[in-house]
Amino acid sequence: MSTTPSVSPQSPETGTARVKRGMAEQLKGGVIMDVVNAEQAKIAEDAGAVAVMALERVPADIRKDGGVARMSDPNMIEEIIGAVSIPVMAKSRIGHFVEAQVLQSLGVDYIDESEVLTPADEVNHSDKWAFTTPFVCGATNLGEALRRIAEGAAMIRSKGEAGTGNVVEAVRHLRQIKNEIARLRGFDNNELFAAAKDLRAPYELVKEVAELGKLPVVLFSAGGVATPADAALMRQLGAEGVFVGSGIFKSGDPAKRAAAIVKATTFYDDPKIIADASRNLGEAMVGINCDTLPESERYANRGW
Amino acid sequence: MNPSPVIGVLALQGDVREHLIALAAADAVARPVRRPEELAEIDGLVIPGGESTTISKLADLFGMAEPLRERIAAGLPVYGTCAGLIMLAEKILDPRSGQETFGGIDMIVRRNAFGRQNESFEAGVTVAGIDDGPVEGVFIRAPWVESVGAEVEILAEHEGHVVAVRQGRALATSFHPELTGDHRIHALFVDMVRAAR
Repeated sequence: MSTTPSVSPQSPETGTARVKRGMAEQLKGGVIMDVVNAEQAKIAEDAGAVAVMALERVPADIRKDGGVARMSDPNMIEEIIGAVSIPVMAKSRIGHFVEAQVLQSLGVDYIDESEVLTPADEVNHSDKWAFTTPFVCGATNLGEALRRIAEGAAMIRSKGEAGTGNVVEAVRHLRQIKNEIARLRGFDNNELFAAAKDLRAPYELVKEVAELGKLPVVLFSAGGVATPADAALMRQLGAEGVFVGSGIFKSGDPAKRAAAIVKATTFYDDPKIIADASRNLGEAMVGINCDTLPESERYANRGW
Repeated sequence: MNPSPVIGVLALQGDVREHLIALAAADAVARPVRRPEELAEIDGLVIPGGESTTISKLADLFGMAEPLRERIAAGLPVYGTCAGLIMLAEKILDPRSGQETFGGIDMIVRRNAFGRQNESFEAGVTVAGIDDGPVEGVFIRAPWVESVGAEVEILAEHEGHVVAVRQGRALATSFHPELTGDHRIHALFVDMVRAAR
């Protein structure tokens, strides 16, 4: 877990914590877009996405279709890898370490152990230290984020509620994580032991967060971002970048909306630019009100 | 002694924060730069790691590309890491359509030359002009320098591939010193900026 490995001139070392976490550092300030085929991946790359998430169905369609959502077809992932030069991520089910092994063998750049797919294990997440490919995981609060990091996640995204086009849960989860970090900052050393117990997270990680005032890995926001202003909102709330799922390719003019969200993510603190980016984007995805979603259909409740 | 030089970090996308911290540790006044008018206030510029296609696109969109090209050509000291190295090249061997660089170093570069993320690695790198042993090289989907012009000084190689170069006031590395606690390369760049003032 150390982020300061010693220098080893003779033997280049792959899959280190620094290489995995450092990869996410390169994505900061950027937008990662869900795509279901090579054509969408190219649209995303042309719009300025820093990475694409290859999946068979965007979350809005997973909601609509129901059934078990699984890892995507390797052929489809390989086509997307072949189509773009930006990093390609792909999703495995929670706890489905064999899907993760398959994704690693395909050469994806990041694995998302994702609550958007149907969990394969209701007790255990995958041991992410066992992989060379880095993982990103979702979290609704600080304890969940730190448990994922303890399991080897090299990047965290606040979960939000994927496939709704409603940013309310993304805001809730990011605020929750940021507030809990701010609270830790005020604790003295005696209190950190009890805090670790309350958070159900390793003491060393809790202490590290209290000292840094941030997670030891990059924190993005996900789940419900549909407009340039949504993306800028998440950035102003402290997200280091955003994932946009259904919001782009379920809208009227995906190429234009994708480019607009990229602009607003970079100039998140400049309302004039966000206003310009928001003009004439056509239909946004329809969206779902989260308070009418039954508990069983809330993806954020998956993972623990 | 002169006041500390002001060094900007191009903050369109990428690991800006880490460069700001490394520059501050090397006794520069560091600040993010996103707008053309902010270029007037800096003595030097770092182009961080990130996605070179994204940085190139955003620089074009927001009118940064042309002013930057002019300032660099006029002698603004610049340091690029990884995507930043790509942006300083005169030519990319395998560019995405429409991907334009800022130039500054007479070299041809190959993107993601060391492979995808699973091939990303750490290794010690001996850099000419950096004393006290190799620097910690963190290579992430890293490019390498395919060929250089006569004016370019090769500072480091890894397994036969050029990974650090300097031409006049422009410096570039394939790897990311900003992700380590070792600020010797940033200190070298700060010295270059001081010398240029």
